[in-house]
Amino acid sequence: MKANGIIGVFAAWVIIVIIFVILISHFRDKAFLTPDNFELMMRQAIIVGLGAIGMSYVIMTGGIDLSPGSTIALTTVVVALVIKATNNPIFGIGVSILVGLIAGLINGILVAKLKVGPFIVTLATMLIFRGAAKGFAGEQTVGSVPDTWIEVFTSALGPTERWQLIPKGAWVWVILLILMSVILHRTVFGRNVVAVGSNEKTARLCGINVDGVKIGVYVICGIFAGIAGLMQVSRVGIGDPIIAAGDELKMIAAVVIGGGSLLGGEGNLVGAAIGTLIMTTINMGSTQLGIANWIQEIITGLIIVVAVALDRYRMTRPAKVVAT
Amino acid sequence: MLEVNEIQKSYGLTKALINVSLEIRPGEVLAIAGENGSGKSTLMRILSGEETQDSGTLSLDGISYQPKTPLEALNRGVSLVHQELALCPHMTVAENIFLGQMGTRSFSPKKAEHKARPILSGLGYENLDPSTLVRELSISLQQVVEIARTQVVNSNYVLLDEPTSSLTKADIRKLFALVNRLKDQGKAVVYISHFLDELREIADRIVILRDGELVHQGTMAETNESDIIRFMVGREMKELFPRSERHVGSIVLKAIDLTGNNEKPKSASLELRQGEVCGIAGLNGAGRTELLRSIFALDSVRSGKVTVGSSSPTSIRHAWQLGSGFVSEDRKEEGLALTMSIAENLTFPGRKGWKFSSSQNEESAKKFSEMLRVKARTVQQNVSDLSGGNQQKVAIARLLHSGCEVLILDEPTRGIDIGSKAEIYELIDGMAKEGKAVLIVSSYLPELLGICDRIAVMNRGVLTDFVPVAETSQEKLMELCVQS
Repeated sequence: MKANGIIGVFAAWVIIVIIFVILISHFRDKAFLTPDNFELMMRQAIIVGLGAIGMSYVIMTGGIDLSPGSTIALTTVVVALVIKATNNPIFGIGVSILVGLIAGLINGILVAKLKVGPFIVTLATMLIFRGAAKGFAGEQTVGSVPDTWIEVFTSALGPTERWQLIPKGAWVWVILLILMSVILHRTVFGRNVVAVGSNEKTARLCGINVDGVKIGVYVICGIFAGIAGLMQVSRVGIGDPIIAAGDELKMIAAVVIGGGSLLGGEGNLVGAAIGTLIMTTINMGSTQLGIANWIQEIITGLIIVVAVALDRYRMTRPAKVVAT
Repeated sequence: MLEVNEIQKSYGLTKALINVSLEIRPGEVLAIAGENGSGKSTLMRILSGEETQDSGTLSLDGISYQPKTPLEALNRGVSLVHQELALCPHMTVAENIFLGQMGTRSFSPKKAEHKARPILSGLGYENLDPSTLVRELSISLQQVVEIARTQVVNSNYVLLDEPTSSLTKADIRKLFALVNRLKDQGKAVVYISHFLDELREIADRIVILRDGELVHQGTMAETNESDIIRFMVGREMKELFPRSERHVGSIVLKAIDLTGNNEKPKSASLELRQGEVCGIAGLNGAGRTELLRSIFALDSVRSGKVTVGSSSPTSIRHAWQLGSGFVSEDRKEEGLALTMSIAENLTFPGRKGWKFSSSQNEESAKKFSEMLRVKARTVQQNVSDLSGGNQQKVAIARLLHSGCEVLILDEPTRGIDIGSKAEIYELIDGMAKEGKAVLIVSSYLPELLGICDRIAVMNRGVLTDFVPVAETSQEKLMELCVQS
């Protein structure tokens, strides 16, 4: 994995972009590679991209989290309620992180202490958090959020802000991506995450607090879902209890396209980010080409199959069998 | 007759078989002996079509034999009974026997059971009901099912890979009767085992492999036990176990009345001093591993107390911090994180603080990797790329890196090549000389007698007192291991 894996994913993205540039200029006589389009792509990618950071951590331990979509919805509801009540976006930011942290803590404790598989645990909490979102919202959307600066994260850059290149929310994404990459590679906790995913028994034998690491990664995943929920409120201005259903699968797809293994022990955050951008590019390019939504979904599915097949091929190529 | 002519097989840089030639004759039991890693299993896999040799030829009754799949080998009458039984536990005996041989059309359980009966009675097991689910059978009967499977296609060459490793004495007798029956029917049986007395009893001829080479073949009658060991090991026993002068110091590890959750161990007590190597012998399943794991807080205990230095470990992490370290018997499943680098594996327990620098980490790992002569290009290499012996050295180096004074080793030389074994014996001796304390569990008695100062035996959860090595012998230990 490591560097050449990321180059591979990046190259795949570049190729996909080039294909759309050619198709769109040929069939629609328009440019695809414009600053506006790039900005739009970033805006669209933020939510899944942020979630994919947390998801990468969970998948690296060999776990899975099916609840972030519901956590996002729950967060939008709670954030919208709080901002409506206080008129202060700062509280909205704080509460988004808090909701994510609590959701993650519930997942983490259940996975680590109940010793029930994370698939089942988070399948259950996916329903619970979704139900809670609907309950808090009274089964309708909460809104609109009063006009505050919360929108700046996902609003289009004004003519005087062009120098910022991408929306502020995307900068939040980039900065958190760097921060979480540093934590993964430069802290003992980060290495323990990889160790638990590589071989949980070895990690335990070596005195690593395996339960602590597991709770930690689900909390991280929850917090990133909370931040993604905040971005969702910023974008649409309401709390919506039925939004983001299925986003968790997009996050998992981003991690897999980015070179993560669902068996744990490997994966990288930058790969997952590019994986998110690949899916967004297909989505945007197809829309601009006028390709129907169902075809976009098939294309995305095929990309996942190809990514996994390439990964398998790469893994099996060098003969690593050791004689017994 | 199955003839093997000068076959070679390499895995990357490892030469698994070098110019091996032998004959397998009908109506004869051929023993294949050799250390783990000597190439026995590779040879079996080639004969049974699971792998293909790099060069050399095979012929069966004078006709070229080059099976590309196990099915092809089966159709030519050669079948391998795996050490780990390959049965479907949720299916019946009859279904398992005819698995893959049931044809393509309809399947009738009654008919399969009807056809299974003569096969089972041909093996002397007419009382085994073919409609029983395999998971309800004992291991030895499961093995019978596996052997019965070879008789569906009337295999003339039956390869048994360590068939007795999980059998009781009585079951071994039954297996021998079965092997003799096959032999009397004019079939050839290849028998792989680590137990030399078994080989002596059942085999007509013996072939010994060492590091991929055939070093000896002859009739069983003209090959005595010490020859076998010498050929297998490639050197005399006493060169293998260095013993420097050791100075015994104060007690560093103490266990008092340790009782595990399933009565393994059963109120075990022991004391380990600086500068001594203590061994625990016993049969598989006697509770030796459980004892070590309880001492290291890896398994929870019902009662009892462990002291390392001056305090009792409350967690695995605490056990490491107190200066004890553990090497697991299961290198691949528990001992090492195979997909991670040597450096990472080596330093898991020894890390301090919260910051991590991979360059510093590799630097400090390198020192220990070199000290233990781990054969690798760099410490960044994945552990999965290493040979078993070198992997084990990494697992032991971890203890030295974290500064352990008490080393708890569970089967540290299992499944590794003889060269690495010798290095590990040397290392253990060196550590004892430096004043470290070593507690070791091993199933290989000559090894315990060779390196330990004191030895105890574990039998059904009960630990005997430790006796000085000079006052015991292989026979005495074995007797304590098996007595009920």
